[in-house]
Amino acid sequence: MSELHQLSLVELAAGLRARRFSSVELVRACLERIDRHQGTLNAFISVTREQALREAQAADRALAAGSAGPLAGLPLAHKDLFCTAGVRTTCGSRMLDNFVAPYDATVVARLRAAGAIMLGKTNMDEFAMGSSNETSYYGPVRNPWDPALVPGGSSGGSAAAVAARLVPAATATDTGGSIRQPAALCGITGLKPTYGRVSRYGMVAFASSLDQGGVLSASVADAALLLREMAGFDPHDSTSVDTPVPDYPAELEQPLHGLKIGLLREFFDAGLERENEQCVREALRVYGELGAELSEVSLPHLPLSVPVYYVVAPAECSSNLARYDGVRFGHRCENPRDLQDLYRRSRGEGFGAEVKRRIMTGTYVLSAGYYDAYYLKAQRVRALINEDFIRAFERVDVLIGPTTPTPAFAIGAKTADPITMYLNDIYTIGANLAGLPAVSVPCGFVRGLPVGLQVVGRHFSEARVLATAHAYQRATDWHRRIPRGYA
Amino acid sequence: MYDFALVFALRDALREPPMPLTREQIASIAELARLDLSSNEMPVYQESLSSILAFVGALDQVDTARVTPLAHPLTGLTQRLRPDVVSESDRHEEYQQNAPRVAAGLYLVPKVIE
Repeated sequence: MSELHQLSLVELAAGLRARRFSSVELVRACLERIDRHQGTLNAFISVTREQALREAQAADRALAAGSAGPLAGLPLAHKDLFCTAGVRTTCGSRMLDNFVAPYDATVVARLRAAGAIMLGKTNMDEFAMGSSNETSYYGPVRNPWDPALVPGGSSGGSAAAVAARLVPAATATDTGGSIRQPAALCGITGLKPTYGRVSRYGMVAFASSLDQGGVLSASVADAALLLREMAGFDPHDSTSVDTPVPDYPAELEQPLHGLKIGLLREFFDAGLERENEQCVREALRVYGELGAELSEVSLPHLPLSVPVYYVVAPAECSSNLARYDGVRFGHRCENPRDLQDLYRRSRGEGFGAEVKRRIMTGTYVLSAGYYDAYYLKAQRVRALINEDFIRAFERVDVLIGPTTPTPAFAIGAKTADPITMYLNDIYTIGANLAGLPAVSVPCGFVRGLPVGLQVVGRHFSEARVLATAHAYQRATDWHRRIPRGYA
Repeated sequence: MYDFALVFALRDALREPPMPLTREQIASIAELARLDLSSNEMPVYQESLSSILAFVGALDQVDTARVTPLAHPLTGLTQRLRPDVVSESDRHEEYQQNAPRVAAGLYLVPKVIE
């Protein structure tokens, strides 16, 4: 039999139900791997050892009694921006270093109710602002494929933990690519659902019209299993959409024959590294063999998604992060002279460099005299990008292209120039601006490093997007590759 | 019409940002955002904010005269209302466990009115 860490979430679920191993054994195995690799990868901010073992014992009792939920006994890690009652939630920031939420995020509560066990909270870019996990107050996360490289961000801890098989799957969030880009750079599967599909309640807010919770896992089938439990209407989130949740695992095997796939022409352009392009082209050939109909589609405004994003996201960030005032929760400076000094120094000390940069960018584009020129202008171009997608989906069922322009890069290589860093998300931001579901799956290797393939679908077509990506994983084995030293 | 080459070309052109923000402008933005910046941080943000604003200036090339701004990706969605009934209980003691300074159930701040 394979070792436990080599099994997928779906296989682990079956194994637990067949009583081939216990949840306590599985949780112990994960904790041992976390202990062994945390020093190298720095994937976790908190490990909830005792709580996890207690929950595993309870899960084993429920499994024996036949009263277990669909995810009973399965260990998961949560990105450290999902609030967890009684366990601190730092969001990768000094500002929240001592913050213990008085409630669970809806995603956390739903996964817990389904029987899943939390192993800990994963490292991330501070307030999810970054594409390399280098902005974390708790230090950078390292890529399991090469510890000199970044894992991507902002969900870098979740991605590295899954890629190194420390946990079978982890939650994550995606505002401009923060699930899909680290999935691509770490060689795993990353799903960003439709905006409104998964509740944002209890997710520390960054950019509220873009943020969406999702999954990092070893396979599409695993992501489908988790999404079924995470998704659904939540009255606590004012933009949660009240629409039925399909049985995603049951809909994975839809045939590809006749599926209309659009190749995003704008993505195969100057910035895309040639070897990355070859991997993606090869994946498209596989889709052709599986019976899909491929055609090229142009979304003329899509290249403007990065400039639009770097107005809209900082604007929403500056207003969301205004809540950190040093009064009610979070970091407070020593000996403030007056109230203004309390605000300024608490925020100046509590936030890191990139967060301050985005707050100031957002403050500027929202300030009197600049609002129309920057913020309203960006929202108008956002409408044009959205219309491009709507037109494309009149002709095709899904859009496919690369997830990132290059494989993982060296730690420190892009920190000097924010715009070079921002361009990592050049292919992922469009789906956030239009609120579309998208998945990244591994599709090959360049210089020994994984490359991601991105599938984007219509609003609420997760079942179609997942089935499309699942068919590719049935035909290939890239998603089964585990980095050396972790197999 | 637009392509990514344009975006990359823009980035390359930004090695020397046009019309950099002044130190006074950065100080005024930081004041609006209630952020204390050290004198070392000032030139860093002066440079990077100038680059970012020049970069997002690419949007000026697009004719948006007849376009309605999109604030939210699900255009059909309207603000949901709930019945006006009490749904929360008093948990202030629990919430104030996260507060840096409280006394008698109140948040403490420096004196505001002399």
